[in-house]
Amino acid sequence: MGRMSTDLCGIRIDNPIIPASGTFGYGYEFAEWYDINLLGTFSFKGTTRQERFGNPTPRIAECASGMLNAVGLQNPGVDKVISEELPKLKQVFHKPVMANISGFSVDDYVYVSKLLDEQESVGWLEINISCPNVHGGGMSFGTTCEGAYEVIRAVKNECRKPVIAKLSPNVTDIVSIAEACEEAGADGISLINTLLGMRINLRTGKPLLANTTGGLSGPAVFPIAVRMVYQVSKAVHIPVIGMGGVSSAEDVIEMMMAGAAAVEVGAANLADPMACKKIIETLPSVMDRYGIENLSDIIGKA
Amino acid sequence: MKQKECTVSAVKALTENIYEMKLSDIGEACIVPGSFVNLTIPGLFLRRPISVCDVNGDELTIIFRVVGHGTEKLSAMEPGEKLPVLLELGNGYDLSKAGERPLLIGGGVGIPPLYYLAKKLHELGKEVTAVLGFNTASELFYTEEFQRYGKVIVTTVDGSAGVRGFVSDALPEGCSFFYACGPLPMEKALYKKLNIDGQFSLEERMGCGFGACMGCSFMTKLGSKRICREGPVFDREVLPWDE
Ligand SMILES: Cc1cc2nc3c(=O)[nH]c(=O)nc-3n(C[C@H](O)[C@H](O)[C@H](O)COP(=O)(O)OP(=O)(O)OC[C@H]3O[C@@H](n4cnc5c(N)ncnc54)[C@H](O)[C@@H]3O)c2cc1C
Ligand SMILES: Cc1cc2nc3c(=O)[nH]c(=O)nc-3n(C[C@H](O)[C@H](O)[C@H](O)COP(=O)(O)O)c2cc1C
Ligand code: FES
Repeated sequence: MGRMSTDLCGIRIDNPIIPASGTFGYGYEFAEWYDINLLGTFSFKGTTRQERFGNPTPRIAECASGMLNAVGLQNPGVDKVISEELPKLKQVFHKPVMANISGFSVDDYVYVSKLLDEQESVGWLEINISCPNVHGGGMSFGTTCEGAYEVIRAVKNECRKPVIAKLSPNVTDIVSIAEACEEAGADGISLINTLLGMRINLRTGKPLLANTTGGLSGPAVFPIAVRMVYQVSKAVHIPVIGMGGVSSAEDVIEMMMAGAAAVEVGAANLADPMACKKIIETLPSVMDRYGIENLSDIIGKA
Repeated sequence: MKQKECTVSAVKALTENIYEMKLSDIGEACIVPGSFVNLTIPGLFLRRPISVCDVNGDELTIIFRVVGHGTEKLSAMEPGEKLPVLLELGNGYDLSKAGERPLLIGGGVGIPPLYYLAKKLHELGKEVTAVLGFNTASELFYTEEFQRYGKVIVTTVDGSAGVRGFVSDALPEGCSFFYACGPLPMEKALYKKLNIDGQFSLEERMGCGFGACMGCSFMTKLGSKRICREGPVFDREVLPWDE
């Protein structure tokens, strides 16, 4: 077993580097850049019950050390993901993949989760509870303890594979939401999703994104993510996957010291398609520099 | 798709705010007209997509207008500086559809990708006509260079050079196929006016430029397409511009 290998909810992964949902498509685009089997795993694009085109464009804006996106969960729908995307992925990726799931009602989440739970290539179900609850007045499930509990409980009841609750940082008390997910039976927690932001086009004086607001990610959010991972991992007894602004091997180590059992990398993949490969290749020498024998030794050291 | 650390070999102002940059060390790349490159500009998070204007051996030419932070920094780069570039992005124009008398129509910084296209079509022995649109005489660039490869018609909005008006006011008859690139209003006007087949190059704000983020999606008559991957060039038939 390598120095970088780690356990993620009962599944051994070769290293803790996991491209984050929405920044890695369904994987095969990146197989043109490098052998994606060197990753721990990756989380595929947020998948919903029905096909979604997503928001109007512009969907992307830049800011200092980061970006905003308002893609709006564009995906082909769970049926096509199973019939087209997963078979294509199988050609280039031979490890369990993390399925990222979104929904607009509890029923949606359960429907999509059950179908993906049955797929052999799926190792984990990452439940993105940051979506608006259309039956609950549009408030995101992930912004209340009750909403988070309800979704995770319902999915847990119907699925066998490890369920990871992906939390939104746009809340007052992220610890209590994480605790609600643990109580509902979550096998792991991943955080953070993007922070709500906005930019204005100076030429028009109007919002730059067609959707008005978008989710901020990239290096700009790293200290917020480290803080939230630290707080949540101190409070729960299940593994935490840390993400938000990670773009180097040093960031990975910092995130793990904060309490992350594994680390997802998002926006960095867009700026540099080789980002995750470079991180994995430089990790051993950075570990040496800080006298780290095994990565799993430093989880929660802070 | 390829990643390369290129070297800036020359930067030159063509007009008050339009620059030509040459990048060397692109290596063995298969670059087609209408494709683009994505440049990492020091200090900025996202890359900047710019069309390929010309390729000569190991050297690539791009032409860009300074409109913000990124293009401003790019224009101030010095020969010898390194620039990480993603190459061979996008589909490019389909040269096999040109027919014998292709018509190239460009507006402003939509003109650069047509230059490499004109060169390639000329190599194929085609009778190229290029209609190049500008705002005013002081903004003209590359009009003489285009003459190497075919007939050139210049338009300016204020009439200070060439035909007064827009490119859509100076379209010649008898062409076999068109290739267009320019601002959206220009492209939509051409879509309405031209009665031959052709292709349009589109642009959008991009997260990645290589198909990973769904930032650049565009709804065509054949469903959703990524401008960076299935585009930036689209056949006129698939564009949803009929109203
Ligand atoms: C496929 C393609 C080919 C292009 N080819 C050329 C070319 O040959 N010459 C040229 O001058 N311009 C070209 N553009 C436009 C060029 O990408 C933008 O002008 C440039 O990104 C602006 O960067 P900035 O930092 O100066 O502006 P800022 O406004 O500071 O940029 C902020 C963000 O918005 C993005 N952005 C701003 N304007 C545009 C735009 N019009 N299109 C796409 N993204 C934009 C930037 O990339 C950046 O992410 C092309 C765009 C695309 C999509
Ligand atoms: C373009 C883009 C699309 C995203 N789409 C999703 C998604 O579909 N589902 C999801 O759970 N998170 C999505 N995210 C959030 C990321 O997975 C990640 O949580 C966030 O970007 C923080 O990490 P980063 O700073 O490394 O990007 C998206 C992020 C970006 C930039
Ligand atoms: S810009 Fe990322 S998919 Fe086109």
